[in-house]
Amino acid sequence: MLSLDLSFYNWELFTNYILKGLLFSVQLTVFATVGGIIFGTFLALMRLSGKPSLAYPAIFYVNIMRSIPLVMVILWFFLLIPMLIGKPIGADLSATITFIAFEAAFFSEIVRAGIQSVPRGQGFAAEALGMTYGQNMRFIVLPQAFRNMIPVFMTQTIILFQDTSLVYAIGAYDLLKGFEIAGKNYGRPIETYILAAATYFVICFSLSKIVRRIQAKVAIIR
Amino acid sequence: MALDLGVFCKNTLDGEVVDHCFSALFGLGQNADPSYLDWLLKAWGWTLAVAGLGLLIALVLGAAMGTLRTLPDTGRSSRVLVRLSTAWVELFRNIPILVQVFLWYHVIPAFIPPLKAFPSYWLVSIALGFFTSARIAEQVRAGIQALPSGQRAAATALGLTTAQSYRYVILPMALRIVIPPLTSESMNLIKNSSVAFAVSVPELTLFAMQAQEETSHGVEIYLAVTLLYALSAFAVNRAMAFIEKRSRIPGFIAPTNDAGAH
Repeated sequence: MLSLDLSFYNWELFTNYILKGLLFSVQLTVFATVGGIIFGTFLALMRLSGKPSLAYPAIFYVNIMRSIPLVMVILWFFLLIPMLIGKPIGADLSATITFIAFEAAFFSEIVRAGIQSVPRGQGFAAEALGMTYGQNMRFIVLPQAFRNMIPVFMTQTIILFQDTSLVYAIGAYDLLKGFEIAGKNYGRPIETYILAAATYFVICFSLSKIVRRIQAKVAIIR
Repeated sequence: MALDLGVFCKNTLDGEVVDHCFSALFGLGQNADPSYLDWLLKAWGWTLAVAGLGLLIALVLGAAMGTLRTLPDTGRSSRVLVRLSTAWVELFRNIPILVQVFLWYHVIPAFIPPLKAFPSYWLVSIALGFFTSARIAEQVRAGIQALPSGQRAAATALGLTTAQSYRYVILPMALRIVIPPLTSESMNLIKNSSVAFAVSVPELTLFAMQAQEETSHGVEIYLAVTLLYALSAFAVNRAMAFIEKRSRIPGFIAPTNDAGAH
């Protein structure tokens, strides 16, 4: 048995190495969630519009993002963005753009399921009242769809927070990297990996408990 | 932006074009210098090996844990087993896959010395297998709970023990219900095998990173790797569709339960 010495884990270590990584991971998660929901809603509306010129690009985009590993998507964007804008880009910005684009595909599937879960009679009633498509979406369908989908959004956000650890591939300084560098500097890699796992576990487990509690409160009783 | 697909026939050692590009694969033919195409196909083999071993571990453990979560409350031992499997699922779902790979590769061999003798890709497969087993356990549990409760009651009425009722009544039906979600889990497993790059398993993602640095023809390399990942996922999808068709029970319409994205 190996004896673990966790005494080195103090506030100083936390603020020097890990806080920066934690802030980046949280920031990446928040940006990707917000951007993903916005673009995902657009993609879902494109797909449900019934016009092939809008639907097929949306379907194509979503299927591509769902069939490639996230690490490959991260590498692709890290390669292509400097090619397209002509100058090198930092790993942080590249990671943010990648995650927004990637999560938009997944959120669009959630939003599409949410819109399709709203009874069709709502749309017909809106049309009977003389509302346009935009008014129908904005005042009738989307509010109900989003309320149904809040627990699923939050679950997806938890998964997204876990996936931010994959920016390891391009060397961005996230929570995992912070723990790794702390471990290398203090010469205790084993303890820091265990602490990293424990940190992720505590954060994700607490959030999923909160999601379960919210799920009970938010459900629309029909 | 022109694509130079000839990069695949280049020698990995000095960048010269290999004479017999296709017959030089795997060291066959006169000219046995490794080309990028050769390296790509070997990396693909590694990806499939890691994913295949991981899938095996995941199916066995996931089915076991999922079954344990649905045990009826017959006393202290069944309650302990239910809590154990719930803890298992929560533990492996809430830690990212990359962190789990690092744990299995760096941390656990320090605690269990026999693991140090394992080749590195076994440890990655074990990590992948345990991660995916938590998700498969949830789906198996959903599948078992989708069965009408009358099935268990009838099994008890016939005098079957719990183990017998699972073996002869519940699991045969539940595992058939679970095949569609298992298909998407297997495709996810192929994608998740890409995290093996972090511990230098020579699979497709590591090939992509290294070859892109060496040749600076990143777009062609990444395109080929992406294509192979998509092809592998598609092949798994078709294989599972074949299994589903062969194991179908005539007249039984499974209650489908699509749990959303990811």
